[in-house]
Amino acid sequence: MTMELDVFVGNTTIMDEEVYQLWLDGYTVNDAVRVRMDGGVMEECEASADVLLSDTMDQYRTFQMCERLLHSPSKLGNQLLFQIPPHRQAMLIERYYTFDDGFVREVLGKKLSKGTKKDLDDIGAKTGVTLKSCRRQFDNFKRVFKVVEELKGPLVENIHHHFLLSDKLARDYAAIVFFANNRFETGKRKLQYLTFQDFAFCAGQLISNWTVGAVDNMVEDMDVDLDKEFLQDLKELKVLINDKDLLDQHKSLVCTALRGKTNNLNEMETNFKNLSRGLVNIAAKLTNAKDVRDLFIDLVEKFIEPCRSDRWTSADVRLYLTHYNNSVHLLDTFKHQVVWNRYMDVVKSSINILHVRLDESEGLSCFMEKKKSQRWGSCSSCRSPHSLAPGQTGGGLRDLFWAPTQPGRQQPVGRTHRSGRRRSIRKKDSLIAARGGLPHL
Amino acid sequence: MPGKLKAKIVAGRHLPVMDRASDLTDAFVEVKFGNTTFKTDVCHKSLNPQWNSEWFKFEVDDEDLQDEPLQVTVLDHDTYSANDAIGKVYIDIDPLLCSEAASVISGWFPIYDTIHGIRGEINVLVKVELFNDLNRFRQSSCGVKFFCTASIPRCYRAVLVHGFVEELVVNEDPEYQWIDRIRTPRASNEARQRLISLMSGELQRKIGLKVLEMGGNAVVGYLQCFDLEGESGLVVRAIGTACTLDKLSSGSAPNTNTHMSPLAHGCRSTHNSPVHSACSSQRLSQNFSVSVPTLIFTGMGSGGSVGKEAGPLKTLLRQQTQTALEQREFPFFTLTSFPPGFLVHVGGVVSARSVKLLDRIHNPDEPETRDAWWEEIRQEIKSHGKALGCHAVVGYSESTSICEEVCILSASGTAAILNPRYMREGCLDIGITDHRFEEPSPPSCGFCHIPYDELNMPFPAQLTYCYLCRRQKVPDVLFTTINLPAEAAVTGKGCLIQARLCRLKKKAQGEVNATAISNLLPFMEYELHTQLMNKLKLRSMNALFGLHIQISVGENMLLGLASATGVYLAALPPPGGIQIAGKTPGDLSAEHHILTIQKRINDTIAKNKELYQINPPELTEEVLGSPVPDSRQRSRLFRSHSESSDEVSELDLSHGKKDAFVLEIDDTDAVEDIHSLLTDAPTPTGFYSCNTEIMPGIYNWTSGVQMFTSVRVFRLSNANLTNQGLNKIFTDLCENLLKSFYFKLRSMIPCCLCQLNFTVAVPEEELIQVGGFRTSLVCNETEEQLQFPLELCADPSSANCQPASKASGKNSASVDYGSFADRCSTWLELLRLKAHTIRRGSVKTISSLERSSPLPEGRSRSLRSNRSFGGISVTVVKMTPLSFLPGTRIIKYLGIINMFFIRETTSLREEGGVSGFLHTFIAEVFSMVRAHVAALGGNAVVSYSMKECMLMENPNKNQAQCLINVSGDAVICVRETDQEPTPSTASI
Repeated sequence: MTMELDVFVGNTTIMDEEVYQLWLDGYTVNDAVRVRMDGGVMEECEASADVLLSDTMDQYRTFQMCERLLHSPSKLGNQLLFQIPPHRQAMLIERYYTFDDGFVREVLGKKLSKGTKKDLDDIGAKTGVTLKSCRRQFDNFKRVFKVVEELKGPLVENIHHHFLLSDKLARDYAAIVFFANNRFETGKRKLQYLTFQDFAFCAGQLISNWTVGAVDNMVEDMDVDLDKEFLQDLKELKVLINDKDLLDQHKSLVCTALRGKTNNLNEMETNFKNLSRGLVNIAAKLTNAKDVRDLFIDLVEKFIEPCRSDRWTSADVRLYLTHYNNSVHLLDTFKHQVVWNRYMDVVKSSINILHVRLDESEGLSCFMEKKKSQRWGSCSSCRSPHSLAPGQTGGGLRDLFWAPTQPGRQQPVGRTHRSGRRRSIRKKDSLIAARGGLPHL
Repeated sequence: MPGKLKAKIVAGRHLPVMDRASDLTDAFVEVKFGNTTFKTDVCHKSLNPQWNSEWFKFEVDDEDLQDEPLQVTVLDHDTYSANDAIGKVYIDIDPLLCSEAASVISGWFPIYDTIHGIRGEINVLVKVELFNDLNRFRQSSCGVKFFCTASIPRCYRAVLVHGFVEELVVNEDPEYQWIDRIRTPRASNEARQRLISLMSGELQRKIGLKVLEMGGNAVVGYLQCFDLEGESGLVVRAIGTACTLDKLSSGSAPNTNTHMSPLAHGCRSTHNSPVHSACSSQRLSQNFSVSVPTLIFTGMGSGGSVGKEAGPLKTLLRQQTQTALEQREFPFFTLTSFPPGFLVHVGGVVSARSVKLLDRIHNPDEPETRDAWWEEIRQEIKSHGKALGCHAVVGYSESTSICEEVCILSASGTAAILNPRYMREGCLDIGITDHRFEEPSPPSCGFCHIPYDELNMPFPAQLTYCYLCRRQKVPDVLFTTINLPAEAAVTGKGCLIQARLCRLKKKAQGEVNATAISNLLPFMEYELHTQLMNKLKLRSMNALFGLHIQISVGENMLLGLASATGVYLAALPPPGGIQIAGKTPGDLSAEHHILTIQKRINDTIAKNKELYQINPPELTEEVLGSPVPDSRQRSRLFRSHSESSDEVSELDLSHGKKDAFVLEIDDTDAVEDIHSLLTDAPTPTGFYSCNTEIMPGIYNWTSGVQMFTSVRVFRLSNANLTNQGLNKIFTDLCENLLKSFYFKLRSMIPCCLCQLNFTVAVPEEELIQVGGFRTSLVCNETEEQLQFPLELCADPSSANCQPASKASGKNSASVDYGSFADRCSTWLELLRLKAHTIRRGSVKTISSLERSSPLPEGRSRSLRSNRSFGGISVTVVKMTPLSFLPGTRIIKYLGIINMFFIRETTSLREEGGVSGFLHTFIAEVFSMVRAHVAALGGNAVVSYSMKECMLMENPNKNQAQCLINVSGDAVICVRETDQEPTPSTASI
């Protein structure tokens, strides 16, 4: 029976969590009814499709009416329109602000502007998230961004208080806001293997070390903007590579410390100057907004890729970085220990996580195989060889670095095949992302 | 100058943005009472203004205090143009006028606008200082307490029950005044809201005066209704029962908790008693009168003799009571539950209906016509009561159904004999009389005993000796409009029984129309009764409680909906089965068919017996002693529409043999009927439903209560609808509604829906015209569930350990029939009915339900008065149509809540269509009720009911309007401690 009008209102608002999730996922009423039917609710309680439809409509209406309140969750607690028990309110809010990792990965670091919003249908298609759900998530990011932008005090705390989110979710939002504000580049192919959670971890590190808030906790935007003075001070680190004595001294200290602890000592020794130059140059360039954005790419290109090509294990990387960092403290002539620490704390942990993830995402065996064959691009099942292919992105240092081990012989091939390869990679990426983007199925 | 009203505006929050440029609002507040207005300062550029105004003082007569609401208007200041209204709050200050109720109103109120709905909240503080006035000629009645609760309120003791009070007030409807053509919809709606608020204040005051005259101090079972008569005006009428109440100290409160202490679980034997339902004459105004034969339905029987010991006592009792009651014009009581011992015998249902033609009310100050109409009906009820040998009518209620200029007035109640001691002056020692008073029969069956003289029965009924006490006669079936008395012995569980009926009628105007309706009424009533009886038998039950028959009139159809709770009373005889008889013997296929049906019926009866746990001890007739002589007589049921009306109620029942009830299949209609009888979907396991306050047979309630309202509109196609087709649609609609309740509340199993209250309506004719002539059926329903804690469920020691919970609901359905062929064609397809054009017509059905649900798994929520989230707390207010909240004790009544709201929209599509519009509106009404209760300091509303829910829509113009009237009693309740302070034995 098709009803002209059909409403059901309870004094205590009645909500079904399953339907709420369907609504959040952007299902239409009819699709939601279908999903529920497949879920077997009907057999459970001898309901008919009519009953299910009417119930779903009622719930959808209720959620739509609640949505306005969910935009400022603190209102939900003292509004009078709906009588909702506190634990349900918390559930409503938490779920409303929960996002799909696949989706957020796509917009991470992008400007939360109208332009990006227009691309949401593409992102939706790519990640398998419905457009409606994309919009909700995007608007959530934007809303949180807008609110915390002008607040004093710690970022996570602010999000926690204004949006009544759980600690975990508040941290994730802090990462999103931080990335959006500094516009870190995360969409490049070389960074594709990283998940949102990896970046969220790095964001946490950056927030607690490099922002204004790391030194002063009552400034506006303290956790959103990087500490300009600090970035300026980073230039001073250049002495580590420019001063020949210092560089050699540093190298020998590191090598001494590493001796006997790793199998890759030779590579480490050979690469020391390149790696060190890479890291210090990244630091020195951070005064440019553009280079800040490329921070993660630079880390991958100038540190992780060289390590990978030498088959460093994650443990090697960790070990190397630890000693690389600690040895600086033994350099008597180096005066910028504090700045160095502040810089390296973040870089160390970030590189660690980036490297570990790379290991996990490819599987070392696959990598080894490719090494053996020495035919770049031949392994179609993984992305790493392409990212290791020389000459794809500019960067003198990297070329320098590559020169000894891969004497540039493949360069022309790499260049001609690049575009085609890229396309195929894209496709695969989106497939993977799509799989990851459907957590509810 | 007997009163000083003080108001203070504290702050606002969540105000809407009124200035687009700044995204802010410059708000200020106007406080108006009577003709005096005060203003606060403008709070510039804030959505959360803090006014913290001074105390605005109004010095007014207490008469005005009773009539007028305090009107708080929030506006946006505009330097150049007129100030924009944000919204209003009407605060009824009546609760402050009674010393025992609330002392201050303080809290956040939603700011309501009739076009935009709720727009922010405002914090207001209101106080009243009353001076004593000894003027004897005063027109006010401050201090008289009003209760919607139709029983003696929990923390009071009835010293004296004075009797029936009624009043009606008439005015022109602002919506129909000439000025409405030029003013904005907002102004018009506000004028209407204000007028109704004023009228109900005045009505309450006048009733209060009557109560004071009678020497009472309270009105219980206060029932106020609006009749929107359109052109001819607006009538607000109310009835109630005047009482003198004494406040109980909290320690003795449980004494009145009679509902909560069911005495008899045992089932020994059964009795029955007659039903007398009468559909009475309809009169048309303007010297035109049609009289309709009065129908009396009953079980029939023949008697032996009255129990001898009881005889004289009964007479004595009757004399006493009669003297007490004779002084009264109408010995009516709106109560549905009574203190123990109040109800002596119950006769049966009495009802009267009358069809009237509305005409313009010429002189609003002298509403004589309307008074006279009701007077007539009450007289008729009184005489029906007399015919049943009863001197009083309890569970009395009145209602109307209006379609264009035709109006059906209905009244119904239960004829009864009351214990005179509550009505005599100077008999205050109730506690003692309680024990001293010799009941003529044990309380568990006494009320079933026939009140009338069996040699001189008002209708044919079949009498047997009471199955419990064996001393007095009881009828075989008992229908009543009251709640099941707490002391009654019941076997098994109860269940909701509904009879639904649609009857087409020709479209007509004026008197012809009225006559047509008059002629249809008795048949409808008869058929509803037959359906009820059949369904009752099918469930192996023998009594109906809380019977409510609603007949709604529409353009081209009449809708009848009868709801009641069936139970098996241990005192009445077991019901016989149903036997199918064919009229054409010899036809083999027909006989086979009949056999199949018979088998299905028998199976259903057996299944129902199990389902409702009806297993009375087998009583052989020898044990009964004196078998009723002609008990073998077969009963036969003639279908009314195939018989002429003078043959009508020849329904004789036999008991003793199981084939007491014979259904004759004489035509296809009858087959249909039997089908519909059998198609009532069974309640899913874990659910119980009833339309009375408590579910018979379930005694463990949890405090988890959920009240809800549901409204459905169904559009009928203009197809060639027959009575049967309509009946089926109507039945499906009701069944579907119940099914969706069960589905929605599935997480609360075990769950009991109580006070399920269905209302059906066919939207008005004019609306249909505007809307393009459509048919729609609206169901609106409120319900409530109570949940049981797991411990109770798991308790192995009690056989009856199913958790019971309740919910109450109200359900209104309306059907309108429309007729433009093109429009209807779509609907027609949907309904798969043949296209046919019916000019226009409408049916409106309204029903209301109450349900309760027991919840296991410790899901029952605690009744904490505050929930806090995000640092600010909002008081949790429970709402229930019951007169109590299970698991809690009411410690204070704060006053009556009676609110009327109009909501209109000109952007129907944007608000999600009619459903979205109404959904929002109902949610808003709930929130406003909660806010008012919270401001009075309360945490619950009991006896809540949505009296009116009228929806008018015009999707073509993207418009809709809705009117809602709600009422209830604001109370403070506290969780019942595990041990009640005093043992409940005192209540017997």
